[in-house]
Amino acid sequence: MIRIFVPRDATALAVGTESVARAIETEAAARGERLEIVRTGSRGLLWLEPLVEVETDQGRIGYGPVAAADVTGLFQAGFLTGAAHPSRIGRPEDHPWLARQTRLTFARCGIVDPGSFEDYVAHGGLAGVKRALALGPAAVIEALTASGLRGRGGAGFPVGVKWKTVAEAPADRRYVVCNADEGDSGTFADRMLMEGDPFVLIEGMVIAGLAVGATKGFVYARSEYPHANATFARAIELARENGLIGPDVLGSGAAFDLELRIGAGAYVCGEETALLESLEGRRGVVRAKPPLPAHKGLFGRPTVVNNVLSLATVPWILAHGADAYAAIGVGRSRGTMPIQLAGNVRHGGLFEAPFGLTLGQIIEDIGGGTASGRPVRAVQCGGPLGAYFPPALFDTPYDYEAFAGRDGLIGHGGIVVFDDTVDMAAQARFALEFCAIESCGKCTPCRIGSVRGVEVVDRIRAGVAREANLHLLRDLCQTLKLGSLCALGGFTAYPVMSALTHFPEDFHERARPVAAE
Amino acid sequence: MPSAWDVELARTIIDRHLDLEGPVLPILHALQETFGCVPRDAAPLVAEALNLSRAEVHGVISFYHDFKSAPAGRRTVKVCRAEACQAMGGEAAGRALLTALGLDWGQTTTDGAVTVEAVYCLGLCAVAPSALIDGEVHGRLDAARLVALALETGR
Repeated sequence: MIRIFVPRDATALAVGTESVARAIETEAAARGERLEIVRTGSRGLLWLEPLVEVETDQGRIGYGPVAAADVTGLFQAGFLTGAAHPSRIGRPEDHPWLARQTRLTFARCGIVDPGSFEDYVAHGGLAGVKRALALGPAAVIEALTASGLRGRGGAGFPVGVKWKTVAEAPADRRYVVCNADEGDSGTFADRMLMEGDPFVLIEGMVIAGLAVGATKGFVYARSEYPHANATFARAIELARENGLIGPDVLGSGAAFDLELRIGAGAYVCGEETALLESLEGRRGVVRAKPPLPAHKGLFGRPTVVNNVLSLATVPWILAHGADAYAAIGVGRSRGTMPIQLAGNVRHGGLFEAPFGLTLGQIIEDIGGGTASGRPVRAVQCGGPLGAYFPPALFDTPYDYEAFAGRDGLIGHGGIVVFDDTVDMAAQARFALEFCAIESCGKCTPCRIGSVRGVEVVDRIRAGVAREANLHLLRDLCQTLKLGSLCALGGFTAYPVMSALTHFPEDFHERARPVAAE
Repeated sequence: MPSAWDVELARTIIDRHLDLEGPVLPILHALQETFGCVPRDAAPLVAEALNLSRAEVHGVISFYHDFKSAPAGRRTVKVCRAEACQAMGGEAAGRALLTALGLDWGQTTTDGAVTVEAVYCLGLCAVAPSALIDGEVHGRLDAARLVALALETGR
């Protein structure tokens, strides 16, 4: 029977993949063709979604973007045998956009059926946890440290060091918490992974549990991601049925179980201590550190809190060895980063690559410039708390230290592209407005400074005492940066200051190009 | 359709979650799932069951954007207002929808048909602008399509 792969990733759903799947079923039935339609995650070539693949003797052949109206034509052209068609892209893995990538964390995403544990195992799943069981906790932590893996949520803290701290903290019980509260605009890697390869995250959490002596894990996910949550909840059930989690992990005698928890629309809960408060059932108010969550985390117990991407990379590192991972990357940024290209970009999607590409390569070569065809004016890297980079800084290499050296951050790997119609004073205002909406209210600079900041930007844009107010805005950013407990207040200074520094003309009167639409 | 307020039903929902570690958010989500909001009368029940003060429970409910004090309209349109959607004209599309319905963010039409809410990122940033309409995702929107989608089954 011919197998057809149709993605069910939320991005594909948003551009009509369900009607494409139905059209394929209908057309096949009308023609008396017997097909098996496998629903996968996304390959990450998101401008080509819905990207349908057909299994042929030359491998899987992709067609995209496919609309429901194209389906009859595809059958007529003979797409079931991989025949030519204007939307045919050939084997996806040969497509330059995928061929240039180094897929470690996302090796299976878009290929496997996220609803099939057998498929996961058939594609190399469980090799990491089996290796971890053979190595024992201390050697696992050593391997993680040697791999150089740093937290992919944004802070970039070495994962092995964190695990060691938790493992060594005396306690009656410990926890593993996965931060899946992916609130940054321009990021969707956590979502794609939970929808496309959920078992790898579960496997990573099991390894964390075994390594630090935790028997319970929580995944804190977002209410804005209903599809990812449904897929992941099902994966937890399947993992339990197949013995990957439960009282006896893969027959090892060790216990580890997992629970999915859904947030309630508070951006600040992506901050690890606010997340822990929320899990415990309180307002998502940031905790002062110390104590670190590694010492006193969830319910006061030592807790590993790691991002989805960090945990999902762990199985690869164990299966292939720390050296193989550490051999990739530049400087202190080892391994790969799943870069997410978004906003006004021609080729948006997920591009996993070793650290070290320049920002210009990412935007121009990989992203293909803007979707609107207008010049790129600014890119925001690292979410709503990340800096805006002008094309003049496109020589910046993509690594933690190089970005910090240019007053920016790579954060969770999101890059949002803007064309020349963007008003950077409006973007600076939005950053402060967002901070005001999402502030947990604990620190004065964040709670009140953000509101005052919006007012100051409004005065600047209205031409009221402009120089004095620009000075005040810089001063306020400094206060936010130095006087906030967490990154929400502290990093709101990045988008505002970078807009002021690189686009000062927008804070004065300027003739702004208007988009054609 | 959300259920009408029912003390016994609320108690049953709360009891179902008491074995969880940190049950407050799962309880509030479940109450809202059933009643369309977290009814005012539910807070004291949650407080009693978990040995918390009413103020603490009220504090949690009011902290999170998701928890409502009254049910939303029959159709909820969540429009993304974050940066990636801004870069693709999302603000103009959102404005057009609000103008078409005569609403501001977070409001419901007087006939109770449609609620429009702002949301900060649906993770559909490469097919911006995007919206979540009654749990279904939509991307590559413009003003006309967003308004059409919102009104389609909203009346």
